[in-house]
Amino acid sequence: MDVGIVSYGAYVPRYRITPQEIGRVWGSDGEMMSKGLMIYSKSVPAPDEDVITISVEAARNMMRRVPEVDPQDIGALYVGSESHPYAVKPSGTIVAEAIGCSPNMTVADYEFACKAGTAAIQTCMGLVGAGMVRYGVAIGADTSQGAPGDPLEYSASAGGAAFLIGSKDVIAVINHTCSFTTDTPDFWRREGQDYPSHGGRFTGEPAYFKHVASAAKLVLKRAGSKPSDYAHAVFHQPNGKFPQRVAKMLGFTDKQIEVGLLTPKIGNTYSGAVPLGLSAVLDVAQPGERVFVVAYGSGAGADGFDITITDNITRLRRLAAPLVSHYIEDRQVIDYATYAKFRGKIRLKGGSA
Amino acid sequence: MATARFWRDNPSRYNLKAVRCGNCGKVFFPPRAVCSVCHRKSIGKMECMSLKGEGELISFSVVHDAPSQFEIHKPYVVAIVRMDEGVMLTSQLIDVDPKEVRIGMRVRTTLRKVGEDGPAGVIYYGYKFAPVRA
Ligand SMILES: [Zn+2]
Repeated sequence: MDVGIVSYGAYVPRYRITPQEIGRVWGSDGEMMSKGLMIYSKSVPAPDEDVITISVEAARNMMRRVPEVDPQDIGALYVGSESHPYAVKPSGTIVAEAIGCSPNMTVADYEFACKAGTAAIQTCMGLVGAGMVRYGVAIGADTSQGAPGDPLEYSASAGGAAFLIGSKDVIAVINHTCSFTTDTPDFWRREGQDYPSHGGRFTGEPAYFKHVASAAKLVLKRAGSKPSDYAHAVFHQPNGKFPQRVAKMLGFTDKQIEVGLLTPKIGNTYSGAVPLGLSAVLDVAQPGERVFVVAYGSGAGADGFDITITDNITRLRRLAAPLVSHYIEDRQVIDYATYAKFRGKIRLKGGSA
Repeated sequence: MATARFWRDNPSRYNLKAVRCGNCGKVFFPPRAVCSVCHRKSIGKMECMSLKGEGELISFSVVHDAPSQFEIHKPYVVAIVRMDEGVMLTSQLIDVDPKEVRIGMRVRTTLRKVGEDGPAGVIYYGYKFAPVRA
């Protein structure tokens, strides 16, 4: 049985802020931050958006592409995020209701920093492969925040994507998935804290590069493949530079990662990052192409995937929902004051949201 | 807002659950038990359906003086939309500069936060309109 992706849908909020504007407010060199991170703008959610609304929009886009799929045949739905609106009450309950797949199904929220969405894909693969559900929905979405003035503020953004995992009419077979997980405190947020903390320089070598490279090598070994076998590669992208560097380390070219590298334009969407990059690849992928994917989550772990695009992709109604490129281009740049208001960095008297 | 009362209407707020009169074809949103035109003749003939979520902007107003929980959105646009099924809906029009709003523009519904019972209370979600740009 081939288990894989039956459909997918993406969503990115419309507002953007530039590193230059953030730097202007904090008296930092925004231009240098922009060049250093290779981020030219980042997405900002509207005040009425959160992980639930982003997940719903992505999941609805996913369902728009497969009108023949009965939502009631979805037996599992997982939302991976580090910014679930509720500490207790799963985001997935609302998403499931909104796409019409509840109540005869299982739902849970996942959390593993930036790779909670790919952990959800792996769970759905298992459930589908075991014959426990016909379809599973895996979503990665975030509305991440950095503390005002913190380097994270230049990159933490918002967006998400949803995948319908099944074994019938798959547009992309997931041939192999391997993970690499250790106890590495590179980035964390304690319960009740508004903003995350990070280990500074510690986030690079022993965290991102070690885990991504290790998972990547496990996948290449399991698949018996080499980097040149792949048309596209998507790596977790906390900034524009890390994925470029890890790609080079592993023997992938800039051309292979080009389509799935979105962080320079929308920032680091955390749990949404690899799912959105993979969606951008699926927007243009052709039958027979292979796709290499490695997600990374602080704490730390990496999930790798070896994927082959099938002939079914030519029959998928890709244009029944907006392509990732639509969301990238349909943007409105805002100033820091508007951004601060949108993100609740200003407290209003008697106000909420 | 009462949590239970809001929760009962979630199928309409999330998925635009409506009813169509099996006698005259008129669509009602939110759903009602009896057709306002056919009355008794519609009993037992009201069929459940979902609005597709697209329509045309009929009228709008730009709100500059907002109640406290909408303070953060102002100025914002409230629109009356004729859905393709013929029924009229009123909600906020989002992701748009108030200067770009035109009568007759195509809009589609999207799920957004519509309110919350303070920072510790339930968050309410419902439909709002956004311009069709794709
Ligand atoms: Zn009637």
